[in-house]
Amino acid sequence: MSERKFRYVGTRPIRHDGVDKVTGRALYGADFSLPGMLHGAVLRSPHAHARIVSIDTRRAEEMEGVEAVLTGADLPELDARSMPGTDGRISVRDLGHNCIARDRVLYHGHAVAAVAATRLEIAREALGRIDVVYERLEPVLSLERALEPDAPVLHEHLPGRARGLQDAPGNVAGRVAFKQGDLEQGFAEAEVVLEREFSTEMVHQGYIEPHACVARVGEDGQVVLWLTTQGPFIARTYCANVLGIEPGRIKVIPSEIGGGFGGKTTVYQEPLAIELARRAGRPVKMVMSREEVFRATGPTSGTRIQVKLGARRDGRLVAASSRMYYEAGAYPGSPAGPGALAALGSYRIPNFQVEAFDVVLNKPKVNAYRAPGAPMSTFATESLMDDLARELELDPIELRLKNASREGDRAPYGPTYGPIGLVDALEAVRAHPHYRAPLEHGSPDEPLRRGRGVAAGFWFNAGMQSSADVSLHADGSAVVSTGNPDIGGSRASLALMVAEELGIPVERVRPTVSDTDSVGYTDGTGGSRVTFATGLAAIRAAQDVIGQLRERAARIWGVEPDAVGWEEGSAVPLDGAKADCEPLPIAELARQMAATGGPVVGRASLSAPAAGPSFTAHLCDLEVDCDTGRSRVVRYTAVQDAGRAVHPAYVEGQIQGGAAQGIGWALNEEYVYDPSGEMANPGFLDYRMPVASDLPMIDAVIVEVPNPTHPYGVRGVGETPIVVPLAAVANAMRDATGVRFDSLPLSPPRVLEGLERSAGEGV
Amino acid sequence: MPKTHVETTINGEPQEFLCEPSESLLAALRDGLGLTGTKEGCTTGDCGACSVMLDGRLVPSCMVLAPEAIGRSIETIEGVAQGDSLHPLQQKFLEHAALQCGVCTPGFIVAAKALLERNPDPSEEETRYWLAGNLCRCTGYDKIIRAVLDAAAEMREATA
Repeated sequence: MSERKFRYVGTRPIRHDGVDKVTGRALYGADFSLPGMLHGAVLRSPHAHARIVSIDTRRAEEMEGVEAVLTGADLPELDARSMPGTDGRISVRDLGHNCIARDRVLYHGHAVAAVAATRLEIAREALGRIDVVYERLEPVLSLERALEPDAPVLHEHLPGRARGLQDAPGNVAGRVAFKQGDLEQGFAEAEVVLEREFSTEMVHQGYIEPHACVARVGEDGQVVLWLTTQGPFIARTYCANVLGIEPGRIKVIPSEIGGGFGGKTTVYQEPLAIELARRAGRPVKMVMSREEVFRATGPTSGTRIQVKLGARRDGRLVAASSRMYYEAGAYPGSPAGPGALAALGSYRIPNFQVEAFDVVLNKPKVNAYRAPGAPMSTFATESLMDDLARELELDPIELRLKNASREGDRAPYGPTYGPIGLVDALEAVRAHPHYRAPLEHGSPDEPLRRGRGVAAGFWFNAGMQSSADVSLHADGSAVVSTGNPDIGGSRASLALMVAEELGIPVERVRPTVSDTDSVGYTDGTGGSRVTFATGLAAIRAAQDVIGQLRERAARIWGVEPDAVGWEEGSAVPLDGAKADCEPLPIAELARQMAATGGPVVGRASLSAPAAGPSFTAHLCDLEVDCDTGRSRVVRYTAVQDAGRAVHPAYVEGQIQGGAAQGIGWALNEEYVYDPSGEMANPGFLDYRMPVASDLPMIDAVIVEVPNPTHPYGVRGVGETPIVVPLAAVANAMRDATGVRFDSLPLSPPRVLEGLERSAGEGV
Repeated sequence: MPKTHVETTINGEPQEFLCEPSESLLAALRDGLGLTGTKEGCTTGDCGACSVMLDGRLVPSCMVLAPEAIGRSIETIEGVAQGDSLHPLQQKFLEHAALQCGVCTPGFIVAAKALLERNPDPSEEETRYWLAGNLCRCTGYDKIIRAVLDAAAEMREATA
């Protein structure tokens, strides 16, 4: 791609929504209220698995201040068809039953009834007066148990079981498999074969803002939903399907969003709020508690992953196989598929076979979490790559470079790679001062040890549907309006791209997030797609503005539009125009808009192809106290191919934030269950996410291998950074202790246990 | 149950309101007074999103009862900027891109301001430990710590 000189793209302006966010003025989900509003609350199952024998709501309905009560029986019966307006993977019935149970509860915290009352305290008290009779069933709490032949079966009819799964255990909801070459032959050619099983536990996205909404239903049945969401249009489609109404009856007005990481791409209490509001004839506000967020929203899967790698002595991989099991939670739909597809994508491997299973069990239904599925499978592969480097006495970067996928290679998941940045990222790590810095491992007699680990990986990056409007003001400034809630600075990146096209300062472009009635359909803020796909729409909408302004200039000059060009924010005469035409700057054209044809509004809507993968390599120094098992990351460097960093500070922020989340996943975070299936740590004190004193500075290094499918070369950046820290941290732990830990998190008790076990084995 | 009459000072202005005796200061600020800049992340004192100053002391307002505010002085995020000029911490958070989703930002700014009032020249480690009561899930803290240290340096220069 030709090197384009950028004027605004690549700079670091202050975000347009920044002042509102540092002063407390910005309104998030729970910050919105309406006069006469009721407060909703949800009764949740105290059992992980039970049949609902009966629900009696009469005592709650009699309470002063209770305006509406709802159970699953009050919502339409739903069939298992895939939802229109989605990619076809989500069953309306599963979605609706996850919002509120019908005849069976499938996890502790599963909604069974909802109340709207004049005060929240009254609504909560009313929940205690709903009498539910349960018949308890054995909870299925582990993949091991779920796969046993005599395990209770959660769902009698799983649509995904049609193909080749008739003989699989009854809780296997789906299977993904792909292969290439001759696996047996490949392993026969291998001079070194390593094999290991890895496990990870269920973890939560941990966004700081709980789910919150306000629903209002008019006498005409029109619904307005104020909502914190990654996908206003997704929420509209999902609520409409669960409630059996047309999506066009619902307007979703997105609030500012306090984090999501994939977790706010579906609905939970929103259909209940709408139905309560309809029944009560008053607006209803619902805000989850932190405990509800942990127990009853969608974390990501715990996994069991077996990997086998075969290599020649020179380090060349010749064969790989992997079998993976992902927890889906209560309904089908784990990220086993993308996890499987990501497992081997970094390397050229002539012979491989990957098989991944989606397994239901009595835990909350998982939802997307940043690069869904990839961190776990990459943890497994990259841990074993680390072992392979040790076995072959090769530098870990060297081993990866020997096998790294490059442009023109066919990806294990199908397509042929265009320009990709894996080699660039690995070389950048190797050249970084961190990689050359001496590391004090510590003496074997002393408790404090240090180790260094490296890992590489990638994420696919989505495209999908986006719309954008750019309207010009008479003062020469512009507004860019899109349907993507700004979760991490995307307003600034969209404004930068519009500024680049129009040739006006980025401060003169006001980015805004519109509601579902005010902008064309737009898929969610997810899949690392906004700067790429919605950016593409914003660029085209700005180009549409320029096209219209060239026509206006042509009218002013009395020439044909073809004779008018556009340069640095001005209409300029081209060959064939009259020689005395002075360039008309955008401000002048804007000033004359009313007289030359009226308002200028540029529009674009598109379905973008997938952006294509962004690769990354991380380097981690870890210190572990072998007396207590406590460890902390003491130095961290993350290199990532951004294609083109539109706003580099927010690209760095994505890299640093993803690394920190991955470090938390590696070291401490996990859903801890008691034997009855109740999560034992549903709060931030016990579900231990990294705090400022747990982390060092995180050196984010951007490399840019432009993406040919975007005019500026943009790739997605948001998800890739969480793909590799699990392995980078685990490899550093291996380096520090000499022990390979194959189960995450590396929490102090597990580390101590592992150290003691290896000491017992005389390692 | 009769409501409690609370007379207090918020961001330098006298305020009075009625609340349930069991109501948290956080709920009173947000729902009663409309000061929604103070955020609710957990209601168990673990996330710091609801940080306010109570008589000059940093507290999570979810762990304070609203009636405890009687006769005392509260400062919230809404009181940090003076007129139309941002506090140096607010300015540095913007310049360093120290926020992504921004929901933890008010708590961080209130907590960091409390730090700089006690210690105008904190080390990186002191800053990290002081802010360990505030959770951010987006940034990995890197840019937040840099913003606070930069604001501290600028404030020292301004008073030197």
